[in-house]
Amino acid sequence: MGTVSLNTPPTGMPHVPEPDLHQVLTPEGHRRPDHDLDPWLEDVTATMLAGLHRDMTVIRRLDTECTHLQRQGELALWPPLLGQEASQVGSAAALQREDYVFPSYRENGVAYLRGVDPLGLVRLWRGSTYAGWNPAETNLAAQQIIIGAQSLHAVGYAMGLRRDHSEAAAISYFGDGATSQGDVNEAMVFAASYHVPVVFFCQNNHWAISEPVTLQAKRHIADRPWGFGIPAMRVDGNDVLAVLAATRRALERARNGGGPTFIEAVTYRMGPHTTADDPTRYRSKDEVEAWRAKDPIDRVEAHLAATLTGSDRDARGGALTIEAVREASAAAADEMAAALRTGLAGLVDPGPEALFEHVYAEPHHELARQREHYRLYLAQFDGEQLEAGTR
Amino acid sequence: MSAQETTFGKAITAGLRAALAEDEKVVLMGEDIGTLGGVFRITDGLMQEFGPDRVVDTPLAESGIMGTAVGLAYRGYRPVVEIQFDGFVYPSFDQIVSQVAKTYYRTRGAVPMPVTIRIPFGGGIGSPEHHSESPEAYFVHTAGLRVVSPSTPQEGYDLIRAAIASNDPVVYLEPKRRYHDRGPVDLSAPLRPMGPAAVVAEGTDVTLVAYGPLVKTCLQAADAAAADGISIDVIDLRSLSPVDYGLIEASVRRTGRLVIAHEASRTGGLGAEIAATVTERCFHWLEHAPVRVTGFDIPYPPAKLEHHHVPDLDRILDGVDRALGRPNSLDSIDPFAPPTPLAADGTERG
Repeated sequence: MGTVSLNTPPTGMPHVPEPDLHQVLTPEGHRRPDHDLDPWLEDVTATMLAGLHRDMTVIRRLDTECTHLQRQGELALWPPLLGQEASQVGSAAALQREDYVFPSYRENGVAYLRGVDPLGLVRLWRGSTYAGWNPAETNLAAQQIIIGAQSLHAVGYAMGLRRDHSEAAAISYFGDGATSQGDVNEAMVFAASYHVPVVFFCQNNHWAISEPVTLQAKRHIADRPWGFGIPAMRVDGNDVLAVLAATRRALERARNGGGPTFIEAVTYRMGPHTTADDPTRYRSKDEVEAWRAKDPIDRVEAHLAATLTGSDRDARGGALTIEAVREASAAAADEMAAALRTGLAGLVDPGPEALFEHVYAEPHHELARQREHYRLYLAQFDGEQLEAGTR
Repeated sequence: MSAQETTFGKAITAGLRAALAEDEKVVLMGEDIGTLGGVFRITDGLMQEFGPDRVVDTPLAESGIMGTAVGLAYRGYRPVVEIQFDGFVYPSFDQIVSQVAKTYYRTRGAVPMPVTIRIPFGGGIGSPEHHSESPEAYFVHTAGLRVVSPSTPQEGYDLIRAAIASNDPVVYLEPKRRYHDRGPVDLSAPLRPMGPAAVVAEGTDVTLVAYGPLVKTCLQAADAAAADGISIDVIDLRSLSPVDYGLIEASVRRTGRLVIAHEASRTGGLGAEIAATVTERCFHWLEHAPVRVTGFDIPYPPAKLEHHHVPDLDRILDGVDRALGRPNSLDSIDPFAPPTPLAADGTERG
C-alpha cells in the first residue's frame, strides 16, 4: 500500500461488465474457484472461518433478540437483517478502523462489528435517542433512514480523504430500493468525476418493503454503475467469503487511488421490512423457502464440517471441530444476549431537557426561551404524581 | 479602521477570500464557481488564488452538492456551498432539512455541520422563472439551521465570515439585485456575531422591519415619510433565524406600531411569525395591529409583472399609513363588516 496517487488509472478491474454472480462457497458449502476473488482469500484459515461463523451467529442472535424485544414492547420498531448476515459480516470484516462507514438503518450487524454496544441499538430503536453510538468513536456515521441519502455523505467524506492524502476509504451501505433514488445516482456521478476512495455496497435483498427489485431495475443493479464509469461486481451476498473478497478488492482499489467501486451483494431479507410489516401480503412462502436453503451460516458450517481435518486447532490450542465451532458461536451469542438483557433492565429514558440539547452548537436565545418556558410549565407539576401519558 | 468603497458582490468575495485564507478546512463548492467565478462572479478569482481543491466546480446536481458537503463536514471540513439561484435550491431540500440541519442533533453533538449555504435570492432583476424567489421561510421553519441576509456591503462581508466561522449550518441569503450597490467596507473589521439586528434609521412613530433587499427600500421609504412628518424606526434584521426580538420589542414599545416588509409570499412567511411574536410580547404597547407588506401568495410572476409583486417604496408607505391609521388604500373596506366563513360544502357565502 503505497502513497495515494490520484492520477493512477483504475487497475486490477476488468473493463467489461460482469453480469454473472461471483460465488466462492456454494450453498452446499463447496469451495468454488473464482479467478477474481481467490487472490483476496489466500489468508483464509479454518480459525478465520470459525470467527466469521461466530460473528454471523452473534448478529443473528442480536437481530432475533431485538425482534423479540419489539414484540415485548421494549422497542418501538426493529428492522430485521435475518438472512443478510454474510453481506454485513463479510463486508465489515474487510474494513479497517480508519475507514468510515455510512450505513442505512438495517446495518445493525455492521454496527456491531464497528464496536457499537448492542444496548446502543436498543436505545436507538426504543426511541430513547437518535444517537445509538458516537460516530467519532466508531467511524460509523449516524444511521440513515432517508433512502440513499448517505451515499452522498460517503462520497463527500471520500472527497475529504482524498484532499487529506489519507489511505482510508469510505463505504456506503444501501439497498436495492435506494438505487432508484436520485441521491445514489448523483453520488456515483460525483464519485466518478472526483475519482474518490469510496465503495458503494448495495445489499440487494430483493424487496423494498413490498416492491420487488424488478420494479427498481430491469437489469442487474451491478450493470448500472458501469455507465457512470464505476466498475461493479455482483457477488453472492449469502457467501461470506465472496463478500469479504469483493470488499477487500474494492477497498484496496480505493486505497491505491483507483477510485470508486460498486458491489451488488445479492441476498434476501428473510424477515419483514420492519416489525411493522407483513411480508405474507406480497411474497410467496416458496420464495422464502428457496432462500432458506441458501442460508449464509449453514453454508459456512457445511464447509467447515467437510473440511476440518481433526488436526485443526483453535486460537487456544483446542481441537477445532464443527461441534466446537458451533458451541463457541452459541456461547458468544448467549453472552451478548445476556449482557443485552441485563443492560436493558438498567436503561433510563432521557428527561425533557434532552429535547433541547444539541439542536445548535452555539447559543440560541429563542430556543433557550422555549426551553425555559417549558421548564416553568413542567415545574407546576412538581410534587405531583403524574399518570403515564398525561404529557 | 480603513474602510474602502466597493460593491456588495465584491464585499462578499472579500469575505470568502478571508475565510479561505484563515482556515484551510474551508472549501467552496458549487456550479460554475471555479473557472467562471460564478454566474454572479462572487467567487471570481478565488479558484486561481486558492486552487481547484479549495474552490470546486461541481456536477450540476444540487442534492449532490449538499450531500457531499455533509460528508466533507463529517470529515472535519467547513464547506461553503453556492446554490446558483434561489429556485434551484429545492433539489437539495432533503439534504438541507433532513441532513445538514439534523445531523448535530441526531448525533447528540458528536458531528457538527458547519456548512454555509449561499443563495442569491429575491427578485427585481427581470429574470426567467425560478430565478427570483424568496425561500427563506422554509429554512427559518427548520430547526437546526440559522438564516441570515445582509443588506449592505459591510454586512455582506461581516455575515459571510461569521456564517463560515459558525459551528452551526447557516443559510446565507444574498440580495442579488443589490450586488452592484456600492458602500464602504472595512476589511479589517473583527469577526462580528450574526445574531444582533440593527436600527438603521431612527424614528418614533412606526417600527419598520425588513431584511436583505428591502432594507434599502425601507430606508428610502423612511426618507420619503420624513418629508410628511412621519418618523420611522427602520430595523435591519440581519439574522432571520433566530430573530433578535429584543431589538424589535424595544422599538415597538416606543412606537406602538409595527410594519414588516418582505418579498416572499405572505402566508406562513417570516412577517407572520414576527407579527405574532411581537403581538405576544408587546401586546400592551401596540396601538394598532401589526401590518405586513409582502409579495402575494402567487408563484413569482413573469418579469414584466414583478414590480407589482415586490413591495416598493409606495406599497411600504401605504402599509405605514395603515399602521398609523392614516388614509390608505384599504379605507374603503369596512373592518366591522360581518365575517364570511365558508359554507359547509366549501362554497363561499354570497
